[in-house]
Amino acid sequence: MELFTNQILAGIATGAIYACMALAVVMIYQAIDHLNFAQGEMAMFSTFISWQLMQWGVPYWGAFVLTLAFSFAAGIAIERLLFRPLAKAPILTNVAGFIALYSIINSVAGLIWDFTIKQYPTPFGSSPFLGSQLISTHQAGMIGVTLLLLVLLYIFFQYTKIGLAMRAAASLPESARLVGINTSWMIALGWGMAAAIGSVAGMMIAPVVFLEPNMMLGVLIYGFAAAVLGGLTSPFGAVIGGFLVGIFENLAGTYIPGVGNELKLPIALALIITVLVIKPAGLFGRPIVKRV
Amino acid sequence: MSAIQEVATEAPAVEAVPKRAMTLGYGSSLIMLALLIVVPLFVKNFIIFQLTMLLIYGLAVLALNILTGGSGQFSLGQSAFYAVGAYTSAILMEHAGINYALTLPVAGVVCFAFGFLFGQPALRLSGVYLALATFALATAMPQLLKLGYFEYWTGGVQGLVVDKPNAPFGLPMSQDMWLYYFTLAVSIAIYIFSVNLLKSRSGRAFMAIRDNEIAASAMGIDVATYKTLAFGVSAGITGVAGALGAIAVQFVAPDSYTITLAIQLFLGMVVGGVGWLPGSIVGAAFIIFVPNIAESFSKGLSGAVFGVLLFLVIFLVPHGARQVAMVAEQLIGRLKRN
Repeated sequence: MELFTNQILAGIATGAIYACMALAVVMIYQAIDHLNFAQGEMAMFSTFISWQLMQWGVPYWGAFVLTLAFSFAAGIAIERLLFRPLAKAPILTNVAGFIALYSIINSVAGLIWDFTIKQYPTPFGSSPFLGSQLISTHQAGMIGVTLLLLVLLYIFFQYTKIGLAMRAAASLPESARLVGINTSWMIALGWGMAAAIGSVAGMMIAPVVFLEPNMMLGVLIYGFAAAVLGGLTSPFGAVIGGFLVGIFENLAGTYIPGVGNELKLPIALALIITVLVIKPAGLFGRPIVKRV
Repeated sequence: MSAIQEVATEAPAVEAVPKRAMTLGYGSSLIMLALLIVVPLFVKNFIIFQLTMLLIYGLAVLALNILTGGSGQFSLGQSAFYAVGAYTSAILMEHAGINYALTLPVAGVVCFAFGFLFGQPALRLSGVYLALATFALATAMPQLLKLGYFEYWTGGVQGLVVDKPNAPFGLPMSQDMWLYYFTLAVSIAIYIFSVNLLKSRSGRAFMAIRDNEIAASAMGIDVATYKTLAFGVSAGITGVAGALGAIAVQFVAPDSYTITLAIQLFLGMVVGGVGWLPGSIVGAAFIIFVPNIAESFSKGLSGAVFGVLLFLVIFLVPHGARQVAMVAEQLIGRLKRN
């Protein structure tokens, strides 16, 4: 029994990573109806920016805020420059665009900061949390940050005018335009916010997986799995999905014989496919009704 | 977030391509064929090898084109089918000592079955969800191939080494050249099969599903059967390409069939023009040669150069090689009239 609870705790700790990433995935999906395959790379690049700032002597929280601002601006810039012209293009073209963006960011980061693994500091320290060997204070802090982000997003979408406008632009673009919402800028704002959330995820994850240009690939796939499990239309679902994927991964690794580390990834992917087949809208998502 | 149920008219995943615009005319086909036959006689063995790979990737892109351009379904998981084809062929040759030419149909059939089965759950998915599910398949494949259970057959992480066949009947040809012509013959057969498939009743059913699924089912088309069939055919052709690839490279290993391969094939299709079968070879040329060109610009930035070139293609010629070919055709037509 103790093994079981320990595994669940450890699962929640890793799940926090996926939850962070899934939140960014859902943000962009809300805004543009696409999965951004370059999301992980954008987060990685932001994390490198914050690392560079700290190397120049900026204190952690200063670098944190500056990186948020940078990511927000960069997200908007990418949307304006590269993806707004593709808004009317078929999904295929968009996916190709995401792949191109992935390739560019990954290569540029490799050129600037090279591919060696770097240590990344944590603001929460890494001593055991409340005497538990399984969760460090950093992991507890990460869970806290994820939940805080979720609450902030909820307040933003429910109680601010601009949040309402973004929801309107996402669910019924034409009607939103008729009541005077600038839907095109709402999409740009969605990109900016997704990039900023992604950068928070990156800065929280980096102390655990270490900083290097390819650090996000695995995390992004689990983030997708989490987002799909929770429902691509629900930020709350994405966070819950993240924790569930983390727990599931740990339990499967412990209790199913033959599932060592090497099969963890296929397990996550089998989970994606199972959820998509059984409940395509995810646990908390809204089913989409197609108009004929 | 909102209480209202979302009602969406989904944008079509793929632009509708009229049937006639999916192939080349007879004249251009013959010129293309003549080029493919003559060119290898005048170049070095290494270039012949590259041309062989060009044909093989061309086949794989063609297969994806039937799936996406024909029936409107996505796949980012073609590398999985390619891997299964390659391994089927390699295992048959190494463990059962079967002739390389005979392994191709087996690889095709095995992959057809695999694709058909994968098509069953994929039936319920469309657009981005299908892309995600197939993406998952492609990422999981190398890990599955490395599994201890199959190590006796697959050679585990090390993979299997395959012998390169000699030219039969004592033909005075190098191994590379023989393999090139062998691949060319297979490719032509598959190309003709694909063109005819798309012209047939099944092909029309694919396109009806691509253009409007609900209307298609109202017209009496069995949507489920034809969608899985498209997956099966596409996987089958990819499997043959994978088997040819295994013979040409003389080596199969799990890490040659990662998600990168699937993404390359996908890009090949976008660059060649979705739904334009001859574009497959242009797309294959893009994925084989452009990374080399990018590397020659700058070693460290090859990924970035590749990305920028891809963006240029998307922005300047969103319909890929098809668009270029059509513009050229119009120009030639105008010249003829003058």
